[in-house]
Amino acid sequence: LTLGERVRGDFPILARRIDGWPLVYLDSAATAQKPRPVLEAVQAFYEHSNANVHRSIHTLGEEATELYEAARDRVRAFLGARHREEVIFTRGTTEAINVVAHSWARRALAEGDEILLTEMEHHSNLVPWLLLARERKLRLRYAPVTEGGRLDLAAFDRLLGRRTRLVAVTHVSNVLGTVNPVAEIVERAQAAGARVLVDGAQAAPHLPLDVAALGVDFYAFSGHKLGAPTGIGALYGRREILEPLEPAFGGSEIIKEVWLDRVTWNDLPWRFEPGTPPIAQAVGLGAAVDYVERLGRAAIAAHDADLTCEALARLAEVEDLALYGPREAEDRVGVIAFNLPGVHPHDLAAALDAEGVAVRAGHHCAQPLHRRLGVVGSTRASFGVFTTPGDVEALVAALRRAHDTLGLHPTHRTEEGS
Amino acid sequence: VAGLYGGTILERFRHPRHLGELEDPHGVHEDVNPLCGDRIRVEVRLADGDEVGTVRYRGDACAIALASADLLAEMVEGRPVREALAVDRDTLLRALGSEIRRSRLGCVALPLGVFRAALAGAGAVSR
Repeated sequence: LTLGERVRGDFPILARRIDGWPLVYLDSAATAQKPRPVLEAVQAFYEHSNANVHRSIHTLGEEATELYEAARDRVRAFLGARHREEVIFTRGTTEAINVVAHSWARRALAEGDEILLTEMEHHSNLVPWLLLARERKLRLRYAPVTEGGRLDLAAFDRLLGRRTRLVAVTHVSNVLGTVNPVAEIVERAQAAGARVLVDGAQAAPHLPLDVAALGVDFYAFSGHKLGAPTGIGALYGRREILEPLEPAFGGSEIIKEVWLDRVTWNDLPWRFEPGTPPIAQAVGLGAAVDYVERLGRAAIAAHDADLTCEALARLAEVEDLALYGPREAEDRVGVIAFNLPGVHPHDLAAALDAEGVAVRAGHHCAQPLHRRLGVVGSTRASFGVFTTPGDVEALVAALRRAHDTLGLHPTHRTEEGS
Repeated sequence: VAGLYGGTILERFRHPRHLGELEDPHGVHEDVNPLCGDRIRVEVRLADGDEVGTVRYRGDACAIALASADLLAEMVEGRPVREALAVDRDTLLRALGSEIRRSRLGCVALPLGVFRAALAGAGAVSR
C-alpha cells in the first residue's frame, strides 16, 4: 500500500460523496484536510482544558498554557529552529510576513533601499512589500522565472545589489510547484548584506525543513495547509534579529509593564503575540505536527515525489493539456497547474467538481506569475499525505471527459486582456 | 458534464451567435470581474427610434459569462433602450436555465454591467 492508501482512513471527510461521486480532494495547496488526531486534540482541548493562557492561576489556565507552549515546542522542532523564542505564533503565513514588514523592515529600511522578490510570489509575499515600498519609498525588484518554470539565478545575482536589504522569496511556488534553492539564495543574499525571508506556506506540507541549516533570517508558514485548523501559523525569526525589535501590533500579552505614558515589552516570543491567541488552533497545530512526524517527513516527501512523477507523466498524455512548471519531478512538489486551451479554468474546475474531483482554479493569488505565463488563470491539482495514485487516475479520467465536453472552441480573447 | 453546463450554457459557449466586433460602434465598454479576472468587452450600435441595434461581445471569460453575454445580446437587439435596460440578472438566470451557484452569479452579471456601460457610452441612457 502507498502512504496515501494507508492513511486515508485517518481523514473523516474523505468518506464524503459529491453528487454520488467519491470525493477526490486535490486542493491541499489551498487547505489540507484534517486527520482525526487533530480533530480530537481540538475537541479534547475544549472539553477538558479550555481557558485563557498566560494569565489564569486556576488549573485549567495552567493546562491551557502548558498545551499552548508545548505546541510551540513541537513547531520549533518541526522547523528546525534552535530556540523556542524564535517561534512566534501568527494567524498564518500572511500575518507572519506582515509582522516582519511592520516590526523589522519598516524600521530597518530607508528610502532608496531595495527588496528583491521573484515573479513567482504569492500576493501574500508581494502586497505587504508594495505597501511598505510606497510608505518608505523603497524599490522592489523581481527575479524572473525561466521558461522551464524555475527561478533565474543568474538574473537573481544581477539584481542582488548594494542597496538590497531584503530578499523575500517563496520556498515552493504555489502554482509551478518549483522548489527554490533557498540555501543557495541565503548564501548569496547574506554575502551581499541582505536579510532573507522565506514564504514556506507550500513547502511545509511537502518537505523536511531545517531553518537553522538553511540559515534563513525569517521563515513563515501556515498550519492549515499541514492539516491543522485555520487561523494558526508561525513566524520563525533568528533570535538576534528579533531581540531588539518592537511589536508589530499593540495590545495585551506583548507587554511587560504599562504606564499611562510608556510601556516596556514582553520577552520573546510573546512580544509578537498580541491579545488572546488562537489557543485551540495552536493545540491543533501541535497535533498536526505530531501526525506528520509520525508518518515521517522523508516518507511524505518520497510519497509526494512518486505522485508528482506519476501525475506529470499521466497529465502529459491528456490531449491539448498545457502544463506549467518544471517537467521533471526533481526540485518540485505535488502542486501542478494546467490549462485546456479555450476552456476557462473555472469551467474546467466545475466540470471536474461534477465528478467529485476538487481542484483550485483562477489566479491562485499569483497574478503577476500568470501574466508572465501569458494566461489569466490556471487549474491546479495539489497533493496531500492522503492522496493516492487512484486520485491521480480519477483526475486524468475527468480531464479527458471535460476535454470531450468543453472541447476546443473559437477563442474569445479581447485585445487588452491578452 | 450535466447540471451546470447542461443545455443553454454549453450550447451558447460552443456556438456563440453574437461574438465579434462592430465596424463602427456607438458605444464600447470593457470590464473585469475582480474575483476571477474575467474580462468582457461589449460593443453597441443604436438603431433609429431609441432602439438597440446590434450588440457584439468578446471575452476572456468562463462559459457562464460568455453564454450570459450571448443571451443578453440576443434579448436586447431590436428592443427599445428602456426595455433593454430592464433586463437584469434574474432575466438572464432564467434564460440560462441552469442552477448557478452563488460563487458564479458574478459571471452572469458581468456582461450586464458592461452592456449598460456601453449603452451609456453610446449616449443612449440619457436620451
